[in-house]
Amino acid sequence: MRPTKSFNKDYYGGALMVIIGLAAVYASIQYKLGTLQRMGPGFFPCAVGALLALSGLLIALSARGEKPQAETGGHHPTGLPDLRGGLCIVAGTVAFLVLGNYCGLLPATFAIVFICALGDRSNTVLQAFVLSVAMMVIATVVFWWALQLQLPLIKWGA
Amino acid sequence: MMQSLHDLWFGFGVAFQGTNLMWSFFGVLVGNLIGVLPGMGALSAISILLPLTYAMHPVPAILMLAGIFYGSQYGGAIGAILLNLPSHPPHAVTCLDGYPLTKQGKGGTALGITMISSFFAASVGILVMVFASPLLTEIAFKFGPTEIFSIMLLGLLAGSTMSRGSPLKGVAMTLFGLLCGCVGTDVNSGAFRFSFDVPELSDGLELVAIAMGLFGVADFLLNVNRMKVISTGNTNLRIRDMRPSKEELKQAIWPMIRGTAVGTVFGAMPGTGPTITTFIAYALERKISKTPEKYGTGVIGGVASPEAASHSKTQVDFIPTMSLGIPGDAVMALILGALMIQGIQPGPQLISEHPDIFWGLIASFWIGNALLIVLNVPMIGVWVKLLQVPYRYLFPSAMFFIAVGVFSTQNNLFQIWEVLAFGIIGAILIYLNFSVAPIMLGFVLGPMVEENFRRALLLSRGDLAIFVQRPISGTFIAISCMLLIGVTWSAWRGRKRGKPDESVAEEVLASAHVAARQIEQAT
Repeated sequence: MRPTKSFNKDYYGGALMVIIGLAAVYASIQYKLGTLQRMGPGFFPCAVGALLALSGLLIALSARGEKPQAETGGHHPTGLPDLRGGLCIVAGTVAFLVLGNYCGLLPATFAIVFICALGDRSNTVLQAFVLSVAMMVIATVVFWWALQLQLPLIKWGA
Repeated sequence: MMQSLHDLWFGFGVAFQGTNLMWSFFGVLVGNLIGVLPGMGALSAISILLPLTYAMHPVPAILMLAGIFYGSQYGGAIGAILLNLPSHPPHAVTCLDGYPLTKQGKGGTALGITMISSFFAASVGILVMVFASPLLTEIAFKFGPTEIFSIMLLGLLAGSTMSRGSPLKGVAMTLFGLLCGCVGTDVNSGAFRFSFDVPELSDGLELVAIAMGLFGVADFLLNVNRMKVISTGNTNLRIRDMRPSKEELKQAIWPMIRGTAVGTVFGAMPGTGPTITTFIAYALERKISKTPEKYGTGVIGGVASPEAASHSKTQVDFIPTMSLGIPGDAVMALILGALMIQGIQPGPQLISEHPDIFWGLIASFWIGNALLIVLNVPMIGVWVKLLQVPYRYLFPSAMFFIAVGVFSTQNNLFQIWEVLAFGIIGAILIYLNFSVAPIMLGFVLGPMVEENFRRALLLSRGDLAIFVQRPISGTFIAISCMLLIGVTWSAWRGRKRGKPDESVAEEVLASAHVAARQIEQAT
């Protein structure tokens, strides 16, 4: 929101684009580039990567003089994500992946909802538990039974 | 002309079939619901429900997705008017006059006017679509790879420069999307690109996974512990409150017609975002009004015009998507993606090869819009109550739906990693003030852009001049250049003056930003 902050953000944003662009260029020259007439698989990504790096450079350069523009992100808050909430969302998703693979749908469902719900500071453990159980019922009835989801309810091992 | 009407009649036959009607109804219902909820947009709704369509016949699938899209627009207006809460950016401008009307006890009237304007505008948009699409298709059949590449370039450029935020960043995001589209097997040579020896990546990234990551998970990551319960105050609405008086209707009619015109014109241009459209419609109303100072204090026209604009734009947006295969914005890109998943190649041949989809869709727009009015009048109280569903229950459940949904696309857990990765990427990009929607545009169009680029150069034996030598293609390139120059010039001018362009639109934009920030703080 403050000018200094938006200055920094454009600077980092531009740098990120340069890195991604250059990485793409580097990766695509490993493939065959070919000629304009007969392009190899690397030609198009290489060109796009170069353009991305260029636009990143321009973003970083124009960050300097530019007046802080009013927030353009719609309803998004512009601060850093909440650490606990963010970690829980990531951890919940990973838990779903692992448990879904080894233990089946029900444990995975419980894990993702429970862990994600705990990420919100206003949820109590009991509330998170009730919500997870409710979602397990939905998972069983709607996804497993009605939509025939190809994931066993409970299993052991991959 | 007669042919179009005849085809439309056929479309109604398709849309009124039991299953199609049911899914269309389901779509508008879900869309409406999600539109009311803050923080959930048409994009996240469509991406979450997209896997459901895999098992469906293409016609009901597309009708449902379209229903979600325009249903959510109706829903968005409800939050904007009753609670000063623009859950979707295009409705930010509706808050300016809608919420003051609510404070004066005229919230019901404002909603009634919104519904009438929306229905009117959508009807006009549908008619434009009925008659314009076949014409456009005829022209499009003359397109070779050169022309297709040029028009796609224009579409990408327009999509990235005219959406919200800095045009340069929009271009960067489109390019990033194009890169994401390169992942997988190269069609021409069979070589794997950017697959990093992961077998699951050899088919490319999953559209649904990217969309859910960027518009679902990223949103949750940024908003968790930031969304508070919204107090809905006294918004007890009765049905008869929603019927506007004759006087109010008279005040609404011209803004409604002008708003529709603005929406139609902007809808025809690929890439102009709905937000810009509503702001321009509002700015126009204020400019020609005899009492511009009254705007922002609760003027009927200030609600009727932007809402009409956004609805006519929505309908007209479908024209380039369906007839040329060029999506105007991220939602259209998703709908296009859904068609491609069904094995249907969008483009000029769509109307002749799949008349049931095209005309059925158009007819369902009308039915859906009518359903929305019928639905919203008795349901308005329920929607208001729904606004109180706490975010802390909403997002964990949504995370589960996302995980299960993306699993079901290929019955493979790997796609969930993609969702997570794109969620984190999206959160970083949004944090750095990038708008992530152009990524979808680039991703969906990427493979087509590359294919046509390569084919055109193969035909011309590597001579790049072919893109400007052929007249239609040259025109598109010229428009693209003009667009680039225009954007650069206005950015440069704005910088020299030390403040943004002082047009009315900018002024409105600024005041809406203030309003949006206040809302952000209040919630």
